[in-house]
Amino acid sequence: MKALQSEGVDTIFGYPGGAVLDIYDELAKTDIRHILVRHEQGAVHAADGYARASGRVGVCLVTSGPGATNTVTGIASAYMDSVPIVVLTGQVNSNLIGNDAFQEVDIVGITRPCTKHNYLVQSLKDLPRIIKEAFHIASSGRPGPVLIDLPKDIMQATGSYRAAKGVELKSYHPTYEPNMKQLPKVVDLIKASKKPAVFAGGGVILSKASKELTEFVKKIRAPITTSLMGLGAFPASDPLWLGMIGMHGTYRANMTSAECDLLVAIGVRFDDRVTGKIDTFAPNARIVHIDIDPTSIRKNIRVSIPIVGDCKITLQKLNALLGKEKLGSLRKGRKPWLDQIEKWKATRPLAYTQKETIKPQFVVEKLYELTHGEAIITTEVGQNQMWAAQYYHFDRPNAFITSGGLGVMGFGLPAAIGAQIAHPDKIVADIAGDGSIQMNIQEMATAVQYKLPIKIVILNNSYLGMVRQWQELFYDRCYSCTEMDHAPDFVKLAEAYGAVGLRASKVEEVIPVLKNGLSIQRPVIMDFVVEREEGVYPMVPAGASITEMLLV
Amino acid sequence: MVNENNEIKKHILSILVDNQPGVLSRIAGLFSGRGFNIESLCVAETADPLVSRVTLVTMGSDFIVEQIKKQLNKLINVIKVIDFSDADFVQREMVMVKVRAKPEHRAEILRTADIFRSKVVDVGARCYILELTGDEGKVDAFLNLLKPMGIKEIARTGAIALARDNK
Ligand SMILES: Cc1ncc(C[n+]2csc(CCOP(=O)(O)OP(=O)(O)O)c2C)c(N)n1
Ligand SMILES: [Mg+2]
Repeated sequence: MKALQSEGVDTIFGYPGGAVLDIYDELAKTDIRHILVRHEQGAVHAADGYARASGRVGVCLVTSGPGATNTVTGIASAYMDSVPIVVLTGQVNSNLIGNDAFQEVDIVGITRPCTKHNYLVQSLKDLPRIIKEAFHIASSGRPGPVLIDLPKDIMQATGSYRAAKGVELKSYHPTYEPNMKQLPKVVDLIKASKKPAVFAGGGVILSKASKELTEFVKKIRAPITTSLMGLGAFPASDPLWLGMIGMHGTYRANMTSAECDLLVAIGVRFDDRVTGKIDTFAPNARIVHIDIDPTSIRKNIRVSIPIVGDCKITLQKLNALLGKEKLGSLRKGRKPWLDQIEKWKATRPLAYTQKETIKPQFVVEKLYELTHGEAIITTEVGQNQMWAAQYYHFDRPNAFITSGGLGVMGFGLPAAIGAQIAHPDKIVADIAGDGSIQMNIQEMATAVQYKLPIKIVILNNSYLGMVRQWQELFYDRCYSCTEMDHAPDFVKLAEAYGAVGLRASKVEEVIPVLKNGLSIQRPVIMDFVVEREEGVYPMVPAGASITEMLLV
Repeated sequence: MVNENNEIKKHILSILVDNQPGVLSRIAGLFSGRGFNIESLCVAETADPLVSRVTLVTMGSDFIVEQIKKQLNKLINVIKVIDFSDADFVQREMVMVKVRAKPEHRAEILRTADIFRSKVVDVGARCYILELTGDEGKVDAFLNLLKPMGIKEIARTGAIALARDNK
């Protein structure tokens, strides 16, 4: 406990059980705040949401066996999205390990491929060191989840606490400083380029480099897009903003990537949802790739200039180099390129037409307007997630919290709980689907218990909408098992949990329901009955080139 | 995928790791999880008891092997990865082979063993067991020569290797 407190931990998301009774007993004697979730998966997503909203390490504590296995999805999601969390799992007595004891599971083995690192504690004296290392590993370099498995007998043992000194890991030294020989080459490419573009990702947010990114983009006056994970890294209200790239990216962002002659990629890993068919991605461009994780570079895509380094430090150095150049005429020379992009924007804007039934996009747009773009948005997975990404515009980092890499339905509600705890004064809204929300709905009880005024905005199409959309487009409209016609009444459900339930079924009810819901200082579920077969567009079919977009 | 030099080559990787339980499983898991192939694998302590050396042979294009090396380096318990394909190195494997020893073949088996500086480590009524160390080519050649006599069983290690001191 002291070791945890010395890492500055003041909040733990957890769920007790036999193997962690001793830890819970100690916990009660500290002033660490424990949030009792209703399912261990919720604890991990909440820690994830907390970490992303606050920029600190999220911590969870669960029991052995089923408690531990319930964390796996959350850990895998945090791993894919590089979120710094530390997961403490109980374990049976050390002498029973390997004997199939009651509630024993090899969680270190199970989570080996989806943690940045993990530990089985074998002696109490190692514990302070391991905790120190775990927090260091989770939060440094490319961040990620670290799991510590704690056998019960070791937790029962008492010993005097000796704080660990610094971390000494002879084999772990993330590269923060970029190779300075590479940077002038980037400057030269920028000066030579007629049609440059910038592509930023979650790495920029993780390294807190939004300011440096914005300065860089303005200096070179290049249009910028981001991945889903990068939304908010650059202000969406800026004229150089193209919108998101990829499968559901904007027309102009995808066209820009196809036409540009230089692509500066920062803190991204070129996921297949971004690149589409890899051979035809950015065919005319020289690619500069800046990332702290060497394995991200040249994993999926050829690169002209690889730079391993921290996004913030690298951008600072690049900006300093660019500061010595006279870039006025270069910026003026951008006009034809930016004009071209304006044309793309004008002909193919993100659009929908609001008719009799409520359009889901309309709900998100109004939520954006009514919250002045200042809410923290979490999402579930599916169409709701993409509409959130397309129609809520983020001017700030750490405001869009979504399960990007793993795409976990049931992420948004617990993540909203974590984000609300990190920011009690902000509006936190989960943009949800009717399917996903049922995957961790039990966390409504947590929100009510801790008086967290989160807003759940259900875009209720009574379908597993995103899967239905694929069936519509690629499986001859055979809607096999995607109709959700047996859903609960979400308004009554909210009330059953002691929260507030509101519903809008007509267009004119949307704004009043949103206004009302946003003004209530309690957890609220707002159920919006939307157009059932609305699709997310543009859409690049899986495996197609990024320019082969289906438009409405 | 990156198309550059796609020629598939053998690479001997020497990986220095923390001598701790679970480390081998992290390495093996990395290979299986990412669809890389392990041709052979040897693990033993080094002169420093806190460090083990894993010598691993894998096949792949330069691009795949670059990715494998980066992924290995990313493991917290991996201290250093050396790719011997870029260096001058000494490589050895060891094999024990149980070969049928018909009376009319015995002289030839012993002569072959002699030429290869192999040792006879067991003599039975019907079979001999021979032991040989050498690089992969030598071991293969040895086994080929013994094949006509009738090989009953083979136990062969993977490669181990060290870089030469060429300073
Ligand atoms: C845990 C999990 N199971 C299954 C999926 C596959 N999946 C992706 S989107 C989706 C539909 C989600 O439906 P809903 O929450 O109603 O969102 P909508 O697309 O309708 O907005 C499904 C089943 C997933 N991403 N996660
Ligand atoms: Mg739905």
